[in-house]
Formats: sequence, C-alpha cells, structure tokens
Amino acid sequence: MHQTNSRNGHARSTADFPPEIRAQAESVSPDFYALFGYPETLGIDLDDLQEAFYARSRQLHPDRFARASAEDRDLSLRASSLLNDAYRTLRDPLKRAEYVLSRHGFDVGQQRSSNVPPELLEEVFELNMALEELRSGDEDARASLESARTNFLAMQTEIDEGLNGAFSRWDYACREKAGADSAVSRAMLAEIRGSLNRRRYIQNLLRDVETALAGQTA
Amino acid sequence: MANLLHIDFGDSDAVVGIDLGTTNSLVAWMNLTGPEIIEGPGEERIVHSVVAYTDAGEFAVGEAAREVLLTQPERAVYSVKRLMGQRADDIQGELKLFPFHLAPEQDAVLRLQLGEKTVTPSEVSAEVLKRLKANAEYATGKTVRQAVITVPAYFNDAQRQATRDAGRIAGLDVLRLVNEPTAASLAYGLDKRKEGVIAVYDLGGGTFDISILRLHNGIFEVLATNGDTHLGGDDIDNLLLAIALEDLASEWGEDVSAKHQIVQRLRRAVIRAKEELSFAPAVAIEFSHEGRSYRRALTREQFDQLIADFVEKTLEPCRRCLKDAGLDASEIDEVVMVGGSTRIPLVRLAVERLFRAKPHTELNPDEVVALGAAVQAGILTGSVEDKLLLDVTPLSLGIEVMGGVVAKLIHRNTTIPASASETFTTAVDGQQNVLIHVVQGERELVMDCRSLARFDLKNIDPLPAGLAKIEVRFLIDANGILNVTARDVRTGKEQSVEVKPSYGLTDAQVEAMIEESFEKAEADLQERQVREARVEADSILLALEKAKGNQAWDTLGEEDRERIDRKHNELLTVYHSDNYGLIRKKIDELNDSTMALAENMMNTAVNTALKGTKI
Repeated sequence: MHQTNSRNGHARSTADFPPEIRAQAESVSPDFYALFGYPETLGIDLDDLQEAFYARSRQLHPDRFARASAEDRDLSLRASSLLNDAYRTLRDPLKRAEYVLSRHGFDVGQQRSSNVPPELLEEVFELNMALEELRSGDEDARASLESARTNFLAMQTEIDEGLNGAFSRWDYACREKAGADSAVSRAMLAEIRGSLNRRRYIQNLLRDVETALAGQTA
Repeated sequence: MANLLHIDFGDSDAVVGIDLGTTNSLVAWMNLTGPEIIEGPGEERIVHSVVAYTDAGEFAVGEAAREVLLTQPERAVYSVKRLMGQRADDIQGELKLFPFHLAPEQDAVLRLQLGEKTVTPSEVSAEVLKRLKANAEYATGKTVRQAVITVPAYFNDAQRQATRDAGRIAGLDVLRLVNEPTAASLAYGLDKRKEGVIAVYDLGGGTFDISILRLHNGIFEVLATNGDTHLGGDDIDNLLLAIALEDLASEWGEDVSAKHQIVQRLRRAVIRAKEELSFAPAVAIEFSHEGRSYRRALTREQFDQLIADFVEKTLEPCRRCLKDAGLDASEIDEVVMVGGSTRIPLVRLAVERLFRAKPHTELNPDEVVALGAAVQAGILTGSVEDKLLLDVTPLSLGIEVMGGVVAKLIHRNTTIPASASETFTTAVDGQQNVLIHVVQGERELVMDCRSLARFDLKNIDPLPAGLAKIEVRFLIDANGILNVTARDVRTGKEQSVEVKPSYGLTDAQVEAMIEESFEKAEADLQERQVREARVEADSILLALEKAKGNQAWDTLGEEDRERIDRKHNELLTVYHSDNYGLIRKKIDELNDSTMALAENMMNTAVNTALKGTKI
C-alpha cells in the first residue's frame, strides 16, 4: 500500500489542476461552458456532457485531495462545487437556455403567475373552475382536470419541439453568420425567452393539476 | 549509514473505515487483497454499540456494557445513534420506547445521565469509536489516526456534525463522512458490470435509507436518496416487547414495564425470537424470572402481520426516491440489501415486489457498510484509483425570508459539494448586523423545517439602508456539512460570520471533551507505546532472521556474529515486559550491532547486480 499511495495518477496538490479550471474557480462570474471545454451552444449532446462531467470529477473531486494542503483542499472544494453547478445547469435544456440568456443580458426572472399569456386565458379560466369544483367535492371535475392535464402536456411537448428548433437556429447563426451579439442572434434569444416563460407558466399549471388530482385520491 | 530498520515494512499508519451503527459497530481496512473487517482481540467482528459508566468510574463498551445494561440499566445506554444531533425536546417520542436517562440540565445539546456521569451522545459514540480504534491498532500493529465514518444518507447537518464531533473526541481525524448505502455499493463490486442503475435498500437497527445510483466505469453517481433516521429494527423489537409486557401483565398479574432490568432481559428474549424467525417458520419467545416463566409461540405469519405497517413505512421513501431520480421501478437493474433487518423475509419480499428484481444478499448485510467505508478510505489515500463516489445532499437547504417562509437555496438530491450565493443588505440606516436563519427540510414554512443555525454577519460598515451588499456563500462539502462564508461586495473584504448552531456542540465544547478524553488516555498511551515498541521489535527480529539466511551472514566475523546473537537474546528477554523504554533501548542496541551485517548485505546485493550485467 505504501507504494501505491504515491503513484502519480493521484493528485496530491492543485499544481496538477488544469489551469483553465483554476481560472474559473477563482473567477467572480465563472463560465460553465469553459469548465467542460465547450463552445457556448444551446444544443448539447447529453451523453458527451456526462462523460465530460465524470472525467472532470475524477480530476477535481475533494476525494482526490483528502491528504493535500488546506489551500489545495479548498480549491478542490470550490472547483468541484462549481463543476456540479455547471453540470446541473447545462444538462437541463431549460436551465441551460436561461443561463445563456442571462449571459447575454436578458432578464430571466420568474414569470409572475398574474401575467397569463393571452392565448392561454380561456384554458386557465376553465381550469380554475374545475379546480374549484373538485375542491368542493364535485368528482365530475376530475374528468375535465384529466383532460386539462393531457392538453397541457401536449402544449409542453409542442413548446419543447419549438425550442429545439430555435436552439439549433441560434447555434447556427452564432457559428456561421453573425455571432452571438448580432441583432439576428438577439432576436432569436428574445423569442426563446418568450417560449421559456410560456413553458414555465404551463409547468406551474400542470403542477396545480397534479397536486389537486393526487390530493383527492389520497 | 546502513541499518536493518531502514528496510521498508510499509506504512506505519492505517486509515480505517468505520460503520458506527445503532446496534453494532465495525471497523475495516484495506489489506493487500481488498477491504477486510478487523477483528477484536477475541476475534469478535462487531462491537455492540452499548456504553456504560461503571461503579469504578470507567467507561465500558460492547459486551461488557451489555452486561451492565442487564444489572444496572441506569448506568448504560444503547441505540444512542437515535440521539445524535438532537435536543431533549426532539426525542419525547423516543423516551416512551427507549430507556434513555436524560440529565436534569439540558441545552442545545442533549445530555444523558449514566450513573453519576453526564455525557452527550457524541461522547458516548466516541467511546465506541475509541474501542474500534484500539482494536484496529492491536490487530494491524499500525497507528490509527485517520478514519472514514459512515452515517445514514438521510442524516441532517446536526446529526453529521455530532458524528464528526464523536470522531474528534475519540482522537480521530475524520477524513470523510460517507453515506451508508453508498458505502455499501462500493463494497459490492457492482461496478464490474460497468453500466447500470442500482437501488440500495438499507434497513438497520435504527435508521432507514434508500439510495439510487448510476454506475459508469467506476463512477458511483447518486441520483437520489431518501429515508427516515428514526426507523429500524429497534422499532420491531419495541412492537414485540410491548406484546410481551402486556402478556406478563395479564399472566403474572404484574406490570414490569418500569423495572428496567427485567425489561432489558425481556428485550433480549424478543430479539432472539425475531432473529430466529428469519430462518424458522415458527418460534417461541421464552423468558423466566424468579421462578416464573413465560412462553409465547409466534409464527412467521403472525410476525408478518405485526410488522406489515412498519415494512410499508419503508416503501414510501422508496417511491419518493424513484420519483426524484426520475425513474420507474422497472428501470432499476439491481437492488442491494444492507443492514441486519433486511434478513427479514417480509422485507425482502416487499422490496422484490416494489423493484421487480431479486435483491442481492450475497454479502453479509451487517458488514458491507464497514467494508465500503474501508474502500472509501482507500480512495482518499490513493490506493483505490478507479472508483469515485459522487453523492448528494438528502435535504434541501434554505433561509428564512419574510413571513416565516423558506427560500430554498440548494435543493435536495443536489450533487455535493454544492454551493449557492445570496446577497443580503441592510433594512435600516446605519445597521451593522444581519442575522441569517438557515434551515433544512422540504416544507414551505420555517416552523416545519429543521433549524440548522443562525449566522450573524457582524461589523457591517454603517451605511444608509440598502447600500451595504454582503454576498453570503453557502457550501455543502463532500461530508454533507454546511460551511458559510461572506464577502462585502463593495470592498471585496471577507465579512465576519458568527455561527450559532441550533443543535450540537460548539467548537470550544468539543475541544474541552478532547482534552478530558486525553487525560483519561494517559493509561491507554502507556499500553500503546508498549505495543508499538513490540511491533518495532517484531520488525527487526524478522529482518534479522532474513539476514541470517543471506550469504552476508556467513562472511561476517565471528566476533560480530556473537555480538548480534547476544543483543538478539537481550531483546527477546525484555520483549514481554511492560517497559517500552527498555524494549526500545534493546532494539537500538541490536540495530547498532548489525551495522557490519547490513553493510555486507548491501555489498552482496551490489555484487550480485554487477554480475548480472556481465552475463
């Protein structure tokens, strides 16, 4: 065991730390993409991202620095918590899009539930009636809630498909044409933000429906 | 200068893995072939997690403490893990079921009364840890200063801190707290399948955990975890005990439930019956006291009915865990069973039905956690390089905002280390303090969550309201323990934070306990030094034996050989004495006498090597 302890593969100090990671860990506004060595794109291959995350974890995790100096342990702790945060954000397409929006100066604050998207007004009105009926014990409302759920799930799928297309278009525009700060690219991001807000709104509605349905059966 | 002691016999320090269980505790280490349970001097593989304070004013641990539990139950305590990180007002429910003797004085830390001694749960656990440490040093002949200790995955911050405090009080540098189900998965060698999703169902004496992991080329990534830190085999014992007590009351016409001695013996009888029921279709609870005897037949069927609700209580966390992992039960490739209570057939059946997979039971469910802790120790020291554990925090972390509502900063099942930042400001002109209340839990209101600590940002520059900006960073480390730092955004300077833990010991209290523990340890130290001296003597005796087989011995002068033999005999004479100074002196003398021999050996080695190059 004595010999294996000092084998080279095991990082003992942050001298072995990849310099680009150290820079991100010490930055006030770290770049999640840079941690994985990725260009900033809205489309990401999730299998590839997972492999990259595991490989980086092997380099940075505090387990690799358990017997290193306090300073090195601290850097490993900061770097790996940053890596985990970055992975969590980038692997979720919606969080990833919000992250990119915020990097380009878009406000991605929570959509207030009072701002009902106009095209959803009718659905929301009917949903609230059904929720009210179910609360007052009218089991007939269950059927209309079930159908509302199906409806919302379909809307979500539709938005997701639309987002997928918008992601590729933005990636293409940035790569081949105008760059991320051009008017074209920014217009695309604005459109993506609109879809994200709508999606979040529907997600909240869905949650209300699920809670109501689950609560009544329990 | 050459001498025999320079020959490397490996590390003199061992890093061990410890399973600090509710009922039993174990210690393991990595030997050359893999993880191995370290046995005590009597070849016992487990140490009962029972501690007593004897009439003689000493702590007794394990089997000895169990004896005290039968004769003087007011001096002994078991299942203390249930009390870790708790306050007196948290455990009123437990007090009805467990004979915990609370001390009259209580504060942020629970205090127990053992005879005339007042102790905290961390100090009690430290006694168990000290025993395991001593066993490990005795068996391995190495010094044990560092350890990995396991905790239930669902332990909160206070429970984790209390466990780490116990380690410190026992004189151990706790390199890592690792979650029990994840440790078990490391021991199971399931990574041989390279790829897959596994569930670990861990039902111990007092705690229940479920964890779902993804395995990928040696990476063990926890996807979600859930559990109940007050649910375990103990609860089954209490169900059976209640029946037996009721029977005694009606058959003997006497309520013995307040007679601790009788209750403890009865408890052992029901535990025996419970354990036998895992292998036999019917058993009997048998008990006698002062000529009166009691016998109750119990079939597996009756037992299953009795524990049905208990088993169901473990399935709800399993379903929540699956949901959090975003998986359906059918997507689980393998299920691993951990903890003594998973020997119960009904438990196995329920798990098999839920996950639609036959659970793994190849490894001893009592030992697998300690073995995994040893593997984690190997990972930390670098002797295990292909594996890495990525664990999660079991509970969401939040801060109190207006109206007693919780704003969540780090969600449950987030991979750790995890961090979140939040900027705070002042509400009143010239305000210099901001108090942040941090809680753990899933509910919306502060009153329904577990208070973790209050952090006081102090000495803020006095400014008009809203101008000061303090960025607070909450970081959950790889042990699942929260660290808080703060920075003044305007000046970039570090902001001082005073921590007022809601539960648990302050640093100063832990220090005081370590000191007290060291005074007690003076006697232990003498014993240890003797043991270490003997280990060193063994090394040189072994080296000498080898050297005598070498041709260098034959080329040595008669005088040198005689001197070595004399010193050899002198060392053997003092070897069994308790005078470690004398043993060391004789080691040094023998070592000095072998200088010529060692030089001869090196020359021989060089000559052999040179000959080798010629051919």
